[in-house]
Amino acid sequence: MSEYLIKNGHVFDPVQGIKGDKKDIAIKDGKIVDKVGSGAKVIDASGKTVMAGAVEIHAHIAGPKVNLGRIYRPEDKLFSCTPTHGMERMGGGASIPTTFKTGYEYAKMGYTTAMEAAMPPLFARHVHEEIRDTPIIDEGAFPVFGNNWFVLEYLKNQEVENTAAYIAWMLRVTKGYAVKVVNPGGTEAWAWGLNCLSVNDPVPYFDITPAEIVKGLIEANEYLGLPHSMHIHPNNLGNPGCYETTLDTLKLAEGYKAKNTFGREQVMHLTHSQFHSYKGTNWGDFESGAKEITDYVNKNKNITIDTGNVTLDETTTMTADGPFEHHLTGLNHLKWANCDVELETAAGVVPYIYSPNISVCAIQWAIGLEIPLMMKDPMRCYITTDHPNAGPFTRYPRVIKWLMSKKARDTQVNAFKHKDKVLSQTSIGELDREISLYELAQMTRAGPAKSLGLTAICGGLKPGMDADVAVYNFNPDKPVANPDDIETAFSRCAAVFKSGVQVVSNGEIVGTGNKRTLWVNVKVNDNPQVMRDINEKFVKYYSMTQNNYEALGHHFVPNPFALEVDATQA
Amino acid sequence: MKNPPALYLEADNVSPDAFAGKTAAQIAELSVHEGNTTPTLGKYFEVKGDAGATAADTKIVVKGDVKRVKYLGFKMSAGELVIEGTTDLYVGAWMTGGKILAKGDVAAFAATAMKGGELVIEGNAGNYLGAAYRGDWRGMSGGKILVKGDAGSDIGMYMTGGEIVVNGNVDVHAMTHAEGGKLIVKGNAKSKLGGQMVKGTIYVFGNIEVMMPGFKPNGEVELEVEGTKAKFAHFLGDIGERHGKSKGVVVYGNLYKKI
Amino acid sequence: MTKTVTDVICPFCGTLCDDLEVVVSDDGKKLLEVYNACVIGTEKFLHSQSADRVTRPRMHQEDGSWKEVSYDEAVEYTAQMLAKAKKPLMYGWSSTNCEAQSVGNEIAEISRACCDNTAAVCHGTTLIAVQDIGLPTCTLGEVKNRADRVIFWGCNPAHAHPRHMSRYSIFPRGFFTGKGQMSRKLIVVDPRTTDTAKMADVHLQVEQGRDYELLDALRVALKGEWLPDEVAGIPAEKIREAADVLKSGRFGIIFFGMGVTQSISKNHNIDAAIALTKDLNEYTKYSIMPMRGHYNVTGSGEVFAWQFGFPYAVDLSRGFARYNPGDTSSIDLLTRGEIDAMFTIGSDPGAHFPISAVKPIANVPSVCIDPHLTPTSGVSKLHVPVAFNGVECGGNCYRMDNVPIDCRKVVEPPEGMLTDEQFLIKVRDRLKQLKGAA
Repeated sequence: MSEYLIKNGHVFDPVQGIKGDKKDIAIKDGKIVDKVGSGAKVIDASGKTVMAGAVEIHAHIAGPKVNLGRIYRPEDKLFSCTPTHGMERMGGGASIPTTFKTGYEYAKMGYTTAMEAAMPPLFARHVHEEIRDTPIIDEGAFPVFGNNWFVLEYLKNQEVENTAAYIAWMLRVTKGYAVKVVNPGGTEAWAWGLNCLSVNDPVPYFDITPAEIVKGLIEANEYLGLPHSMHIHPNNLGNPGCYETTLDTLKLAEGYKAKNTFGREQVMHLTHSQFHSYKGTNWGDFESGAKEITDYVNKNKNITIDTGNVTLDETTTMTADGPFEHHLTGLNHLKWANCDVELETAAGVVPYIYSPNISVCAIQWAIGLEIPLMMKDPMRCYITTDHPNAGPFTRYPRVIKWLMSKKARDTQVNAFKHKDKVLSQTSIGELDREISLYELAQMTRAGPAKSLGLTAICGGLKPGMDADVAVYNFNPDKPVANPDDIETAFSRCAAVFKSGVQVVSNGEIVGTGNKRTLWVNVKVNDNPQVMRDINEKFVKYYSMTQNNYEALGHHFVPNPFALEVDATQA
Repeated sequence: MKNPPALYLEADNVSPDAFAGKTAAQIAELSVHEGNTTPTLGKYFEVKGDAGATAADTKIVVKGDVKRVKYLGFKMSAGELVIEGTTDLYVGAWMTGGKILAKGDVAAFAATAMKGGELVIEGNAGNYLGAAYRGDWRGMSGGKILVKGDAGSDIGMYMTGGEIVVNGNVDVHAMTHAEGGKLIVKGNAKSKLGGQMVKGTIYVFGNIEVMMPGFKPNGEVELEVEGTKAKFAHFLGDIGERHGKSKGVVVYGNLYKKI
Repeated sequence: MTKTVTDVICPFCGTLCDDLEVVVSDDGKKLLEVYNACVIGTEKFLHSQSADRVTRPRMHQEDGSWKEVSYDEAVEYTAQMLAKAKKPLMYGWSSTNCEAQSVGNEIAEISRACCDNTAAVCHGTTLIAVQDIGLPTCTLGEVKNRADRVIFWGCNPAHAHPRHMSRYSIFPRGFFTGKGQMSRKLIVVDPRTTDTAKMADVHLQVEQGRDYELLDALRVALKGEWLPDEVAGIPAEKIREAADVLKSGRFGIIFFGMGVTQSISKNHNIDAAIALTKDLNEYTKYSIMPMRGHYNVTGSGEVFAWQFGFPYAVDLSRGFARYNPGDTSSIDLLTRGEIDAMFTIGSDPGAHFPISAVKPIANVPSVCIDPHLTPTSGVSKLHVPVAFNGVECGGNCYRMDNVPIDCRKVVEPPEGMLTDEQFLIKVRDRLKQLKGAA
């Protein structure tokens, strides 16, 4: 296998505490090593920034609702497709890229691992087919549990051990990675056209509250000791005043400690926090709740968050928060797709235009930036756009520009039609902080990897870790003449390595490597009760047989990588 | 046209914008598509004369058999295009300005998502005249289309602005999902007229085969339309669809049928 | 001795029943009996055992006779045809698995072809409507467990999806529908008194071609607004009653088929039905679902979409994907004389297309990949029989509600026969050589 030496770059690696020193990075047989021989291929990184490959902790890139978005938005591909060229298959989709384009675009920006944020278990085969057809990047997928009938029934009876056994079975059968919770209880209510808008709002028929669901799943997650924590999209997303529901949700994590062998320290990951940080009572007095949310998360260190930055584009919203999407189509009257999934979850899709001329959109943009600027620990706050909900992931370089340059933020604020309102309803005008490259590495590499329990494998450049490396045409020693240069530099890497194979050179794809599907294999004690419950529900209520549900043959997951967990002593 | 294609041609580059500033020889070098091959315009057309310096200064006359040529006038923003014979799909599709005169018939998808300019069709127009692209809720938003013959089905779908005048008849499903704009049919309309219309105006001088049930009779008015003064039966609709309000009053689509 | 394979998926229609049991000989070479399938599904399995099966490719000769050729010769003809064509059409895909569809996409991309599936004659108009207005839907298990209002509009499941009503929509006793059929009200909208209509609580005998008007009237009735005395042959009063029946349920589902997708208003019918479904969600909970025909047309749409961005009628001739039914759709391409090579797989356009679209196939180089002798194979230059997917080989398929189920292999194909995927891989590899050398 190949040996490479990335020479003389400015290295930013929070795992080893390297803050821009000129260092050589050596790659051999797919791993970072201390040194390589003289036959190694040299990549000259002088004057360039070197980081580990970035880790995407939450994006909607593979599965039935993503594809429903593609199918129902031909206009998303009009005049913007890229032809087959070089090593690349053809690609298309401005807000919902095709799977080939997804892999190439992430790789070109230096991303080497991505997590599909929500997998409806009944559709696991679909999610894995799309993951398989997404080149280069390692991926995992989070099955959703917060509206699952088994979970609702077990947690109603406070049966944490049974819940844990069910989660273990589910992760194995779907080759899933983590416990994802979306609008807990509310999406089951949505199957009757209803919702749960607060943590104490009981679920129809099942008569359990979102608070009970969340706490129960935290306990089950720690009982098992999974690599990642419970990952939550709280109730009441997107409504003015929702910050209170978010605080109620965050408080449910109080008193819990992370239990695992993967280096994870949080018990709750709050996702796309921008959408959950709204104050005010209506769209007229709508204002930012970023301070309230970040104050709480700053003090409570057993929580990690990701941002969900609005990028001011026409995009497509898609989420398992079915009732929210129905609400959104009522606001903007754009085409609404929805799919309720038996016993498990739902999904909704609605296009959305974040126009800089609309004050609400401008305030949302500001909130998405306030949050990371007000978070004190960059290892606990990660950059996302909840792709494609707040914007396409291809806009990460632009988000990075806004975070690293107050001037760029000011330029955008001055371009808003309702600039005064943005300044009065948020604190974006007063925030001078500019994220450093080291902090950027924490927020896009080391931090998400740690939160996911992948610290030993990726997110850093320590010898022994996977050789996932990104080299940017950005010279930390030169002052930034124009903030747009930041965006340009982070859009196309000079070089990217994935597991020691060079996949990008001068912004072009030069290799596709051998991507892996990351999943978590949990060993638990035999639990005949849960197995009987599973059998029974398949016989009576599912529309598919249990054997067919469990079928996930090799052709779906050709290169699996299992993180092993032993929960038999729990 | 000197050398008709075996299959069909996609002539995206036959527009004042693509020709502007070029000599005849340079124009002949512009690419054209026949299936998955990309030869030059000169393989099929004899090119005479140079273009103007800008699109606005350029006038193109297309002669010969262009029944198998698509996309004439694609995305044009200024200047003039005259098509002497019957032609195929996408005439003036996505145009934002300029003038097109089609002396024969045009096939489907003419003036897709038109934003401005003028399209005159002396023959008949096919289906989807002035309609939105698939999936887009933003259809024709400006400009003017005149069809001297008949028009097909699905015209003005998702229209938000601009005007379509048809001297002859229209087929089914005109102005479906319209949110603005104006359609004037001097001949007859078939059924499903104005279905799911939110806003906009339709005038029909002749018969309407079957009225949509969502169009509620709203009395009669005297109007002058396209130089004709007459009494029109007024209908509000499509009542089954959503409607916005202006100053507290619901705004419907308006259908006027000459009495 | 025999063995029984359980959890077998039936590879015929979009109902994709997965509870079949198939008895095969111990050596796995003969299929003996099928349990739980409907009569159509049973025949799908049993007829694979016919003694007169064509087992090798054959080329149509000048004099109209057929000459057997090897698979390698078939690969060569197919690859040469696709390499040389300026605008080939690769059509069908609906009766094969997603793995084969994916290889087919690679071939289409290399040869810059147009590719399309049987939605072209079926639910393509549904897809157009979904693109225009969206789709509130659900999985079939939701119908089983919750639905108390079931509408069959322009479809006849008693004949076309025989086990649909017993597995999902009318008879099952689900979690919230313990009284089975008694929990549900059935409304059928159909100009004919079909066997499905005979079971209905309410049968609206809509005037042919006026479904769009009736749907509009139902939307108006929901709003309590003015209606003319009669719409689509149905009195206004009956329309208002029907609207009340719909509104009074707690979970409704509208299933629909060719009666509305392929009659005059086509996509507009579906558009209006989806609009009605959306309106009903203001009062209660409603979903809508197309009754997909071929067992994996949905899968073809999914694979096209995640790889190219569009669900059918995909034109790759420019090296990137474009889509516009009416321009890029198969019947239009054929009737207008746009294509110069025809590749058919997993479908029978010879039987299902208008004759004006079938005749052009006879005038161009053509390949038909199909285990059967069909009107399409009859008009093609090369006929390549392959193993029956879902019987003689496995592979992923998508049900009418987009749920993926991995079909099983239950019996061996005849000696030496290739599967779709195997044949396509050979074609792809040969095509790459031809294009690479160019």
